[in-house]
Amino acid sequence: MGKLYSGAEIVFKCLEDQNVDHIFGYPGGAVLPIYDELKNHPSIKHILVRHEQGAGHAAEGYARSSGKPGVVLVTSGPGATNVVTALTDAYMDSVPLVCISGQVPTHLIGTDAFQECDTTGITRPCTKHNWLVKDIKDLPRIMHEAFEVATTGRPGPVLVDIPKDIQFAKTDYSKPKKEKKIKERFQNRFTQKDIDQLINLMSKASKPVFYTGGGVINSGPKASELLRELVSLTGFPITSTLQGLGAYPGNDNQFLGMLGMHGTYEANNAMHDCDLLINIGARFDDRITGKIDEFSPKSKKVHIDIDPSSINKIVKVDLAIVGDVSDVISSTSKTLKKKNLNLEKSNKQKISKWWQQIEKWRTKQSLSFINSDEIIKPQHAVQRLYELTKDQDTFITTEVGQHQMWAAQHYKFDKPNRWMTSGGLGTMGYGLPAAIGVQVAQPKKLVVDIAGEASILMTMQEISTAVQYNLPIKIFILNNQYMGMVRQWQELLHEKNYSESYSEALPDFVKLAEAYGCVGIRAKNPNELDEKIREMINVDKPVIFDCHVDQDENCFPMIPSGKPHNQMLLGPKDQEENKITGKGKALV
Amino acid sequence: MSKSKSAYSTPTKLGKLDTHIIVVWVDNEASVLSRVVGLFSGRGYNIESLAVAEVDHKKNLSRITIVTTGTPQVIEQIVLQLKKLVPVHKVANFKREDKNVIFKEMALVKLVANSAKIKKALNACKKYNPVILDKTNKSVVIQITALRREIDKMSKNLKPLGLVSVSRTGAVAMTRGAEIFN
Repeated sequence: MGKLYSGAEIVFKCLEDQNVDHIFGYPGGAVLPIYDELKNHPSIKHILVRHEQGAGHAAEGYARSSGKPGVVLVTSGPGATNVVTALTDAYMDSVPLVCISGQVPTHLIGTDAFQECDTTGITRPCTKHNWLVKDIKDLPRIMHEAFEVATTGRPGPVLVDIPKDIQFAKTDYSKPKKEKKIKERFQNRFTQKDIDQLINLMSKASKPVFYTGGGVINSGPKASELLRELVSLTGFPITSTLQGLGAYPGNDNQFLGMLGMHGTYEANNAMHDCDLLINIGARFDDRITGKIDEFSPKSKKVHIDIDPSSINKIVKVDLAIVGDVSDVISSTSKTLKKKNLNLEKSNKQKISKWWQQIEKWRTKQSLSFINSDEIIKPQHAVQRLYELTKDQDTFITTEVGQHQMWAAQHYKFDKPNRWMTSGGLGTMGYGLPAAIGVQVAQPKKLVVDIAGEASILMTMQEISTAVQYNLPIKIFILNNQYMGMVRQWQELLHEKNYSESYSEALPDFVKLAEAYGCVGIRAKNPNELDEKIREMINVDKPVIFDCHVDQDENCFPMIPSGKPHNQMLLGPKDQEENKITGKGKALV
Repeated sequence: MSKSKSAYSTPTKLGKLDTHIIVVWVDNEASVLSRVVGLFSGRGYNIESLAVAEVDHKKNLSRITIVTTGTPQVIEQIVLQLKKLVPVHKVANFKREDKNVIFKEMALVKLVANSAKIKKALNACKKYNPVILDKTNKSVVIQITALRREIDKMSKNLKPLGLVSVSRTGAVAMTRGAEIFN
C-alpha cells in the first residue's frame, strides 16, 4: 500500500490531474481542511470572491472564454445555497462547472447542524449530476467522474458535496489511467445516411437558412471554422441565437444578425418564410420561436444537437442528427465536396431569389435608431465601444436587460468564446463576476462588461475581487436610471404604469469606483463619449464607466408576446413612417 | 388585435393523453429515486404508481417501474431525460394497451366480517389468485394480484363485504415470450 492522502489532499491531487489552474471560492467552516491544503499546491491559484454567486459566475466566465471547465469551492449551508443561482445559470446555458462544497461531518448530516443544508437535494434539479461523498474511498473516482460529466455531451454544472470528516479521512490515490469514455450515450449517434439526407434536403431547398446556437461554441473553436466553411460552401444565409454569436463573423454578408425576440427583421422573416431550416446546436428557446404554432410554418426542419433530449422537445423536426456539432459539420462539408455539389453555383439561381428577398428585408434597417447630438443613445454607445475596441481581441460580458440586447445587436463578434451572457436563466448580476473569470483566463486581453445600472448593483461587491487581483476589467454601464427592459414592457403592455422599475437612490458610480480603489469615468454627452471610452481602454486598472444614456429608449425590433416571427415591432422611425401610410397597424 | 400581457407564449392545443409504463434500470444508490422522480415533479407531471426494488445485488441494480400519463411529446421527453441521468442504465417504455407486456399489481385487503361475508369475498376474488395470509373468526387478510383497474373494481365490490383496509403496490411489468428489454 502506498502513501495515504487526506480527502483534502485528494481534492487537490484530482484538480492537478485535471489540469485545473484556477479555482473561484470562499472559505468557511466546512471547507477549512481543503483551504488548509491550498498552500501546498502552488500550481492552483485561488480567486477569493465576495459572494459565492460571484464565484459561480466567475467560473462560468472562465469556462466560456477558455473552453475549460470552471471550478468553484464553497462552504456548506449558505455557501452552497448562494451558488445555486450560478449553477442554474450554467445549467441553462450549458457551461461546464465543477462545484465542490463542504458539508457538515457525516454523523451530523440530517441533524440541522450549524450551516447544514441538504446541498445535493437543493442542487439536484440545477446540476447534471451531484454526489454526496460518504466514503473517502469513493472520493478520487467521484472527483474525476465529476469532470467527465461536466465536460461531455451537453456540458453543464456538477457538484461534489464533501463532509468535513471525509476531508480529514485518509486513503490512497493513484492517477487515473486515461480510459475510454465510459458513457457511450454522449457520443455521436449519426450515420452517413443522416448526412446524405441532410444534403438531399439542402440541394432541394430554395429558401434555406442556418440557425446556429451555443452548441457551435461549446463544440470548440474548430466547430466555428467548420461552420464558416460550410456556410460559404453552400451560400446559404445564416442567423444565430444570442449564445451562438461569434461562431460566425458578425459583419459577414451572409450573416443576417441575431434572431428572436430582439433579432433583426431579416433574420426573423427568413426564419418564418424559409423552406429549409437547419438548426445547429440551438434549442428552439421560447425567446427564439415566438408563437410556436406559427413558427417557421413552411419549412422542413433539421436539428443537429449533441443532446438527444433536445430533439423534438419544442418543435417537431423532420431530420434529427444527434452528434457533436463539429463532427456533423465536417462530415457534411466532406460529403458536399466529395459529391462536388457546389451549391453556391448549382443552386445559385434558386437561392438568388431568396437572397433578393432577404436584401429587401435588409433595407428596413431594423437595428437603426434616431441618434442625438445632445444625449447619448445607448445603441450609439455600444456602437462606439465596438468601433474603438474592434482592433484588439476583446471579450464582452453582459448583465441582463436592454443593454444586453443592444450589445448583442450592435457589437459584432467575429470569433467564438468572446461573448459571455446569461441567456437561459437571464441572471442580472452575471456580467461583472463573469468578466472577472474571463480576465483570469485571458490575462492580457481587454474584457468589458456591458452593464445596466440596476443589474450591476446586484453583484457590485465583486469589483473588490477585481481590485484585489489586479484584473483590469471595464464595467461599461449604460445608465438610464431604469430597469430598462421592465420599463419597456410596462410602457408597451401595461399602460406606462412604471411600477417599481425606476432606479431610485443610485450611488455615484465614479465615487463608488474610487471607494473600491479602481477608476471611475463618467460620460454625459455624445461629444465626450469617444474620448472617455479611449481613456477607459487605456487604464490598466478596473474601471467603472458610468455612461448616462437616454432614459426613454426602447430596444427594437421586438416580437411582442406570443406573436410569430413576421409580426415584429420595429423602431420609432418605422413606426412613424407607417403611421403616415397606415401600414403600421398590420405590423403591430 | 388584443394584446397579450405576457412575455411568454400562450399554451396551445393539448395533445392526446396516453398512459405509459416506464421501466428504468438504475444503480441502487442513495438519492437515485429522487433523481428519477424529480424529472416528473420538475415538469409538473404526476406519477400514478411506482414500484422499485433491487433486482441484481451483485451488479447493484434496481428496477423502477413508473406508471404515468402524458402526451406523446411529454413521454418522449421524459424517456430521453431519464436516459441522460448518470445512474440510469436503460429505459423501456410501454403503452398500457401493449399486448406484449404483462402488467401486474398486488394488493392486500383486510375484511372485518362474519364468515358468510368472508366466504363471499373470497369467491369474488377467485379470478385474482387470492391467498389468505391471516384469518381470525371475524377478519381476514387476502392477497390478490391483478391489473390496476381490476383491483380498483375489487376494492369497490368488497366494501359491502366488510373491507376496512387496502394496501397496494405499484404496477410491475414484464414482456411476454422469450424476449427481454434492451
